Amino acid sequence: MTDKKTITIALAGNPNSGKTTIFNNITGSRQKIGNWPGVTVEKKEGLISKFGYDLKIVDLPGTYSLTPYSIEEIVARNFVLEESPDVVIDIIDSSNLERSLYLATQLREIDGKVLFVLNMADVARSHGTKIDAEKLSSLLDVPVIFTVGNKNEGMDDLLKEAIKLAESSPVKKEKRNVKYSKDIESAIVRIGDLIEDKVKDNIHYNFRWTAIKLLEDDKIVKERFALKAGNAGSDIIDEVQSLRKNLLNLYDEDTEIIMTDDRYGFISGIIKEVQTISPKRRVDISRNIDLVLTNKFIGFPIFIFFIWAMFQLTFTVGAYPMDLIDNGVNLLSSGFERFLPESIFKDLLVNGIIAGVGSVIIFLPNILILFFCIALFEDTGYMARAAFLMDKIMHLIGLHGKSFIPMLMGFGCNVPAIMAARTLESEKDRILTILITPFMSCSAKLPVYIVLAGTFFAAKAGNVIFSLYLLGIILSIISGRLFRLTLLKGADAPFVMELPPYRVPMLKSLTIHMWDRSKMFLKKMGKIILVGSIIVWFLSSFPRNINYSEDYTSILNNINESFKEKFISADENEKILLNEQKLAAIAGIENKMNSEKIEKSFMGKIGKGLSPVFKPLGIDWRGSVSLLTGVFAKEIVVSTLGVLYSTEKSNDKAALANALRSSGMTPLSALSMMVFVLLYLPCLATITTIKKETGSFKWTFFSITYSTVIAWMMSFCLYQGGKLLGFA
Amino acid sequence: MLLSEMKEGEKGIIVRIAGSGALRRRILEMGMVKGSQIYIEKYAPLKDPLELIVKNYHISLRVEEASQITVEKSE
Ligand SMILES: Nc1nc2c(ncn2[C@@H]2O[C@H](COP(=O)(O)OP(=O)(O)OP(=O)(O)O)[C@@H](O)[C@H]2O)c(=O)[nH]1
Ligand SMILES: [Mg+2]
Repeated sequence: MTDKKTITIALAGNPNSGKTTIFNNITGSRQKIGNWPGVTVEKKEGLISKFGYDLKIVDLPGTYSLTPYSIEEIVARNFVLEESPDVVIDIIDSSNLERSLYLATQLREIDGKVLFVLNMADVARSHGTKIDAEKLSSLLDVPVIFTVGNKNEGMDDLLKEAIKLAESSPVKKEKRNVKYSKDIESAIVRIGDLIEDKVKDNIHYNFRWTAIKLLEDDKIVKERFALKAGNAGSDIIDEVQSLRKNLLNLYDEDTEIIMTDDRYGFISGIIKEVQTISPKRRVDISRNIDLVLTNKFIGFPIFIFFIWAMFQLTFTVGAYPMDLIDNGVNLLSSGFERFLPESIFKDLLVNGIIAGVGSVIIFLPNILILFFCIALFEDTGYMARAAFLMDKIMHLIGLHGKSFIPMLMGFGCNVPAIMAARTLESEKDRILTILITPFMSCSAKLPVYIVLAGTFFAAKAGNVIFSLYLLGIILSIISGRLFRLTLLKGADAPFVMELPPYRVPMLKSLTIHMWDRSKMFLKKMGKIILVGSIIVWFLSSFPRNINYSEDYTSILNNINESFKEKFISADENEKILLNEQKLAAIAGIENKMNSEKIEKSFMGKIGKGLSPVFKPLGIDWRGSVSLLTGVFAKEIVVSTLGVLYSTEKSNDKAALANALRSSGMTPLSALSMMVFVLLYLPCLATITTIKKETGSFKWTFFSITYSTVIAWMMSFCLYQGGKLLGFA
Repeated sequence: MLLSEMKEGEKGIIVRIAGSGALRRRILEMGMVKGSQIYIEKYAPLKDPLELIVKNYHISLRVEEASQITVEKSE
């Protein structure tokens, strides 16, 4: 192993050109792919051994140029410039060659070794575009190969070529450089010479490249240059400034603009030589689809229909497998109940673990369906259109169209959603989006709604849940507006977004996505929910010896005695009836005893401590405790309820519903609790992500406090208002 | 005329991009440079933003940003 050489290969390129698809193909990983620009927001690494080398492959976020615009683009640029990978592979969308060459020419200007990969060769072909790869390669002196990422074609060629390139001795790419306008060219030469003369030893990039970047007034390069080059450097920067001034006078235009023009001029020359488009008219299916989906009249109705259908599928279709799993859980529970000897271990297993985990695991199908629908939006390309449709509305309320993407993803899980906010160019837009995303009800809250709404609103459960989602959306909008006017003043950033063509989603990618989601969910069950259930069980089962308010044992004995007497004088039919009465009487007392036991347990004490806070919301101590435990993961709210109410000797959905109903919870207090769950502080994982993404304790703390205060106020108004109006 | 004044289905050539700062630069870097052909594919249902085809790909801009771009209409 050790004698093998490690080669670092970076995958760079425009957004949505298929970098992650290729990364996954090569490394066998399962990073997220989606058909909209900005899916990857962090760099990802993968190690493989192939062709006798250890290869470190790095997938980067997409970027249109080496002058970055948003944070995920900075990640890409910094990696390419600072970590000096052995080879940079530029993944190019062949059907979009001209624009892709802009970044490609910039990558070629830096010193490293660059390989061009013409991906999506299939799309280019179907558009009737032919690219002469050999010509392109010889014109720019860069190896060029074709791939089709989603069909896994050309991956070995790509690796072989990259290795060959890494092993080749560095050559100067003298062939065809971008020729800038005459006066700019001489300014570049002048600055390049100055750098070479004065600060040669401090600067490790290509001098010409550094000169170009300084002339373009690239902030980051300028800062670094000033830092490294010292005093001599600031003289050079002064010189650059005066040259830029002269050029501005000369062209009546900023230098970087002229340079961009020049690059595109250079590119269009190359395009003429290497690309031919057959003039035959073709039906552009994607365009036709879009004419319908973003149509003036039916665009919005269709959009609303899709969202509606997503939830409809989640709840109705999800209900079938849910019943199956529910039956399985019951079978398990009653099996253990019957065959295990009475012991504290059995109590833990049946009333702690199975009651807790079982009450959540039945929601796996719903959650999977929801994620499937979101993945479908992402993979087909509809996500970008959703942002396009919604931008005007979002803009009116002071948000950005692109904020809509994280918000929609938030219905699945807030963690990736908050990270997706990175594609927003303006820091204020981004923080704003991070602050309001937690109001988008995530899939982990779904079990809570289904249990509570299902129990207390029966037929109207669907509408109740829908209203909750709506309330979340409305509050996120109002909060967004409020923050925009107060904490994060200023206009939102411009909306410039590429709209990729619609693509048929890759079945493989969808199934992998589902599979990974299930694994994540089950892992969560096995870890945090399991541990949570055990702790809740422990806290609610101890202390064991309790001073009961009544002597339940003797009450039970009395019942037994009295029925015994009645039995003696009864005939066969009466006996059956009496037996039923007896069992009911016993169950009633046992329930009462169990309730008192839990009430006097540690958990009960904690709950009682919380009750001043939650009582005005109509939430009893059991609800309060489950809300508290829900901070670890929202599903735990249900599993805690499951454990706390598992006083009846059965664990199925119906039992929990019965227990909830008989505990004195009313539809109004259930609603109040659901509203609280919808709005109160996000789960631990989300809080951590907020901290990471905002980089500020202040914002994290603000987000937690704000959401909890809003939750309390909303629930308070709802519950007290409801009571005043006479709903119980 | 301004890009924002063009109607659906019209074609033009970019003459000038006004404005300043990062946005202008990004627009240029995405290929909307002087002399580029553009085609107005459509306006969103609420008349904002609009979708253009430049260099064979689709891009959307707000009307506000489009009004920074001067074009010459062509047939
Ligand atoms: N037709 C076709 N589609 C492809 C090809 N390669 C990738 N795709 C699709 O293109 C879309 C974008 O792929 P990604 O791998 O997510 O692109 P990316 O470059 O990582 O995108 P960002 O992370 O957003 O920069 C996905 O829908 C892929 O299925 C290809 O060769 N042909
Ligand atoms: Mg990616």
